[in-house]
Amino acid sequence: MKRLINLTPSKPLKLLLGILPFALLLVVYLVASDARLAENANDKLLPSFAQMGDAISNLAFEPSKRSGDYLFWQDTLSSLYRLSLGIFIAAILGFTIGILTGAIPTLYSPIAPLLTVISLVPPMALLPVLFIVFGLGELSKVALIVIGVAPFIARDIQRCTQEIPLEQLVKAQTLGASTWQILVRVLIPQLLPRLINAVRLSLGAGWLFLIAAEAIASTDGLGYRIFLVRRYMSMDVILPYVAWITLLAFLVDWLLVKLSTKCFPWHYQLTSK
Amino acid sequence: MTVIPFDKKYLYEKRAKVMPMIQAKNLWKKYGENVVLERMNVSVNAGEFITMVGTSGCGKSTFLKMLLGMESPSSGELLLDNKPIRSEPDQSRGIVFQQYSVFPHLTVLENVIIAREFEHSPLLGKLFGSQKRKVVAEAKALLESVGLTHAINRYPHELSGGMKQRLAIAQAMIRQPRILLLDEPFGALDPGIRADMHQLILELWREHQLTVFMVTHDLSEGFYLGTRLWVFDKLRHDNQAPGAYGANITYDLPVTRRKSEVPTELQTIVQDSRDF
Repeated sequence: MKRLINLTPSKPLKLLLGILPFALLLVVYLVASDARLAENANDKLLPSFAQMGDAISNLAFEPSKRSGDYLFWQDTLSSLYRLSLGIFIAAILGFTIGILTGAIPTLYSPIAPLLTVISLVPPMALLPVLFIVFGLGELSKVALIVIGVAPFIARDIQRCTQEIPLEQLVKAQTLGASTWQILVRVLIPQLLPRLINAVRLSLGAGWLFLIAAEAIASTDGLGYRIFLVRRYMSMDVILPYVAWITLLAFLVDWLLVKLSTKCFPWHYQLTSK
Repeated sequence: MTVIPFDKKYLYEKRAKVMPMIQAKNLWKKYGENVVLERMNVSVNAGEFITMVGTSGCGKSTFLKMLLGMESPSSGELLLDNKPIRSEPDQSRGIVFQQYSVFPHLTVLENVIIAREFEHSPLLGKLFGSQKRKVVAEAKALLESVGLTHAINRYPHELSGGMKQRLAIAQAMIRQPRILLLDEPFGALDPGIRADMHQLILELWREHQLTVFMVTHDLSEGFYLGTRLWVFDKLRHDNQAPGAYGANITYDLPVTRRKSEVPTELQTIVQDSRDF
């Protein structure tokens, strides 16, 4: 018998092992849900898949009686808009600050300590301040995402900038490059795949801030909806919404990976070696 | 009386030829308490091929970094054409490091033309149209001379170690530096490939009339390539304070003799450095 650390499952077995936990969870849920519904047909805690399907098709394919909107899609669009705007602004801001402080010591000295402190402020604790300053509209929700995510991206990019071998910077100078040219031709192209990485890592936090902000003050959005229907214990809406948010998060992540491998093939060859 | 101006002119010409390109005058380098180089006095004429050997930590790389402008002297002077050498890397001094010398995000061709793009396009660092065609043609000729024609569209990670160093050399040559600095450029290569690289570097040295400084761990490489071999070592030792004294050039040999004639104590020094 080989040591456990030397045993690797074969490909089909690996796939099977990967699916197994999902299947188990599903079975456990179905069994538990059936048991509860058999005892009390009005039980709301573990709705059947049929009930969830009904609830979602109501929200997705029937116009709302009050506003005439298709709520599910309206929620999805609003949330994705806020998230992408927030992440986009945070990425540009974080990239600029990170690369400048990482590459230029005179900028590093005054900005880096401040950046460290700012990144330690819990963004959720600033949410009331944002509501007071920016009001309850879109701006405060986007601002929360920016404030929460930008310092993380900035510090990550700063670290990556400093990790670029000094030899490359010296070489560029011996080829006659100015600071600006080094930024444009040597550093920025090499840091773009790192930026995509940083964005991927910060999307989880981005969703958190988005849902929190929507839960507290909003009139639509995925986070708003699940916190609204909580009042009626509508697990048949909450559970599919959570699954939908997870799927969206997965898709965004997958798209970013695809984009990165397509645009920066050299980066992946480099890191895999 | 009319003869004197002629004489003077002749003298000036003679002096210009003899005036050393690089001079170190009582050069010291310290990091805090730690003395790396001390009392270095040396002069180098244009066209020499200097190879530098010695134990690790004996300051040969530090001296190379000072020539490059990455480090500045703690005291004393390092002169290029009788003026203090610029304390920042520039295009008068090309460099090839042992690794990380080329840009991983650019193809072989792009890695070479980027030098011309830096030169002609201060804002974008990129050339287009006819200007680009011109530098591409120049780069292709240069890449041919280092034997990389078949690989111009590959990325550095697709190249072997020897090809990467060929690229690094081509890149260093395109801005036609007067001085070429080599920091153990062939240290990581197989012996066969090393021999090819030696031919390449000698050809470039002759053709472009370069002044070359090369740090190496390999004494036979030093003797084979150089016109002058420097051995760096500490002349004074204090066992209680290993950093108290710095190294200097202990042997400055014109390369005219064979390796077998090298003094035995020198061979042991260099043997140590190879074991490192």
